Amino acid sequence: MDSGVSGKVAQATFEEISASDFFYRNRDIAGLTNPSRAIFVAIREVVENSLDAAESQKIPPDIYVRLSFESEATKETQIYKLRVQDNGSGIQPRFIPSAFGQVLYGSKYKLKQMRGTFGLGGKMAVLYGQITTHQPAFVTSSTGGAKIYSFKLMIDIQRNRPIILDRKVLINKDGWRGTIIEFTLEGDYLRAMPKILEYFKQTAMVNPYANLTFVDPKGRFYKFTRATTNMPEPPKETMPHPYGVDVELLQRLIQITQYKTMMEFLKGHFHRVGEITAQKFLEFSALSPSKNPKKLTHEEIVRLMQNLKKFKDFLPPDASCLSPLGEELLKAGIMKELKPDYLVVNQRKPSTYAGHPFIVEMAIAYGGDVPKRGNFVIYRFANKIPLLYDEASDVSYRVISAMNWRRYKVSPDMPIAIVVHICSTKVPYKTVGKEFIADRSEVRREEANALREVSRQLGHFLTRQEHVHMEKKRLGIFSKYLPKIAQFSTMLARQEKVPDIDVLLKSVQKYGAEEK
Amino acid sequence: MEQKKNKITEKKKEVISELQEFGSKIYKQLDSGVFPTINMPSRSTENINYDPELRQYILGEKSVSRSARNIRHIKPFTQLAWAAMFSNELTSQRKTSTLRDVYYSAQAYEMTFTDQQESNNIITDLETLTGYAREDFNIFPEERSAIFGDLTIGYTVPGYEGKTLNLTSHPDGVLIGPALTSSEFISTKADKVIAIEKGALFTRFIEENVHNKHNAMLISCGGQAPRQTRSFIRRLHDELDLPVYILTDGDPWGMHIAQVIISGSANAAHLRELNTPDAVWSGVWASDIVEYKLPTDPLDEVDVKRLYELQKDPRYQNDPLWQREIKLFLKIRRKAEQEAFSRYGLTYIVDKYLPTKLKEGK
Repeated sequence: MDSGVSGKVAQATFEEISASDFFYRNRDIAGLTNPSRAIFVAIREVVENSLDAAESQKIPPDIYVRLSFESEATKETQIYKLRVQDNGSGIQPRFIPSAFGQVLYGSKYKLKQMRGTFGLGGKMAVLYGQITTHQPAFVTSSTGGAKIYSFKLMIDIQRNRPIILDRKVLINKDGWRGTIIEFTLEGDYLRAMPKILEYFKQTAMVNPYANLTFVDPKGRFYKFTRATTNMPEPPKETMPHPYGVDVELLQRLIQITQYKTMMEFLKGHFHRVGEITAQKFLEFSALSPSKNPKKLTHEEIVRLMQNLKKFKDFLPPDASCLSPLGEELLKAGIMKELKPDYLVVNQRKPSTYAGHPFIVEMAIAYGGDVPKRGNFVIYRFANKIPLLYDEASDVSYRVISAMNWRRYKVSPDMPIAIVVHICSTKVPYKTVGKEFIADRSEVRREEANALREVSRQLGHFLTRQEHVHMEKKRLGIFSKYLPKIAQFSTMLARQEKVPDIDVLLKSVQKYGAEEK
Repeated sequence: MEQKKNKITEKKKEVISELQEFGSKIYKQLDSGVFPTINMPSRSTENINYDPELRQYILGEKSVSRSARNIRHIKPFTQLAWAAMFSNELTSQRKTSTLRDVYYSAQAYEMTFTDQQESNNIITDLETLTGYAREDFNIFPEERSAIFGDLTIGYTVPGYEGKTLNLTSHPDGVLIGPALTSSEFISTKADKVIAIEKGALFTRFIEENVHNKHNAMLISCGGQAPRQTRSFIRRLHDELDLPVYILTDGDPWGMHIAQVIISGSANAAHLRELNTPDAVWSGVWASDIVEYKLPTDPLDEVDVKRLYELQKDPRYQNDPLWQREIKLFLKIRRKAEQEAFSRYGLTYIVDKYLPTKLKEGK
């Protein structure tokens, strides 16, 4: 939302710069810094849109991604064609051009947890493709009705408007539903490959109900099959919480509002603000309940925003707008991709920072396919998106480093993977590139508590393991030596029959069982 | 001598029955469904005391218990049972073995010892438990010393029974090994034993006919006398009533070689009859260095440190000789080897020094 603000402010001050233009000039902040990063980001953004499109309808996603080689571009880069097909909700034909051809289209006045919170997602990818290859994008979609709509589009960067080059309507004989987007872009697949494959693997981990298929430019085929068709409850839309608003949002709400009084305005547009709370707040900020919000001056809007943040009696936001994965699904995803010997997951209760609700989910996986790297393997997710860059800057890294691992009998050379998932209506990213979570004390505290909980259980498991191991060893020692003592003493005592030691061996076993 | 012949055979029988008794004890406990447990004297430092009457180190009252019930004990317990079984086989079949051999033989029974030290310790345990030295179980160390002189022995080892040997038969002397230590004494004309620290002087003494001139059995200790040699010296003294004289280098180390023959070592506190309390250290004393004006070397730091240690050692308290000589060593700060007498000619030590010292020793 921060970038949205800067875009808008820029637009207000320098009319001739559109949002598309702004991003065209500042594409670094969206993560499109270099040819290898760009191809990764483009795939990621489009795939995330597809996942959202399926999830919002509670449809287990089926996503097919193909990247094919078109031609050489420069020494290091090539032109590729990216095609992503999903089985999501589909887009109504009249929205298709804007959805893919207009940056910041569909800014939301209501909030819910989405992957593409910036409203940039696929559009930035399409914009990047157009900038680097000057080729149009093709979008085909159907909501499952009688028709399939197909568009050939380009973006008018200066005016931030879609240009429709061609439009086709097909008969939807098979009742197909979903969206196909195809466009060309310049990039460096070979350098990006490890990150892209890691991205698919981790996406499969955090979306265990999704089928993901990826065909790379060499024709290699990667398939990640779903482990379940259970899906988390889709998030409910919610109003912004008073603690989380800024001047920009206030202005926009005032522009669109139907309400004629401040009282109704507060009740109608803010999360968990009712009659009593609104009344108390208006008294607190010395505003008349009957004042028309559209009559507020700029200074009054600024003061309103400040008072919204100062007022102590707003109820905390509830978490119904969040859609965490849940312990069962997180388990299923990790089991599927890491096949660990031991796995423990923990979901924290909802918490808030600056008026934004969030939930932390944490898991520790031990053994199995978890690689031994001499340090913990960290998988970071935000709103079900894998975060693959800048691990050391992430708050979770600090939380993990600050843990007193010895207390849990854990050492970094063990095969241990730590999975952190934070979901929020506004994930506290540090950058527009969505790579790492900022170190906010509320988030850090939740992550630390979650980590302590799973570590404690891992510690129990390791202790138990050790006991079992020691017990096996102990029994092994008795069953190795007792028969020998029997044998030697029989020889020494010149006896015929070796004494029966089964009773003794059993007594040790019984004792061993009690020890557990 | 007939009586003494029986003694060796009797002792072997006792050893075997002691080992079998140990086996029976374990067997009975196992057979009645009980984890076998044994007790034996503790060999920890605080349980080693000097007994002025016996004139050797002995173990005190403390004992340790080892139970097959205890996870930390069961391995050494098994090793001990094996060692007893192995010793029993050796003794019964009249075969001999070495400590090294024991270490390897265990592997045939999947009883691998971690290292030589571990298997040596188990043998020491067996000694402590039974009160017999490992030589009594026919386990002998590698190092050998030699004896020369007019003593006729009768073998008891298989294949040699009834054969006799006079220990003057070979001019290099006869090895003090299992065959010799297990033999019976038949007859001797010797009236004393002279134990010599170094092989070179032992050879010189034979060349110079000392055994005849002084009617002596000569023994080469080869440095610190091995246990079987010490126990053989004890037998010569006890069974033949021969006085024992010890000649060593004139330094703290030589002095202690003599002392161990006389008073035994702390390591063997669990055993008896390895020492000869009546044996006499005849030289080379510090006062000999002064009196005979022997060529000397200065004492180095280690020597001096050792002298201070010996000064406090209880074994050095029973005879004023020791304290006197230690003080003198510390005063003159010099030491001399046995060979130092060669400055007066090759035969001086035999013709002049030895007769004087033997006289003093009486």
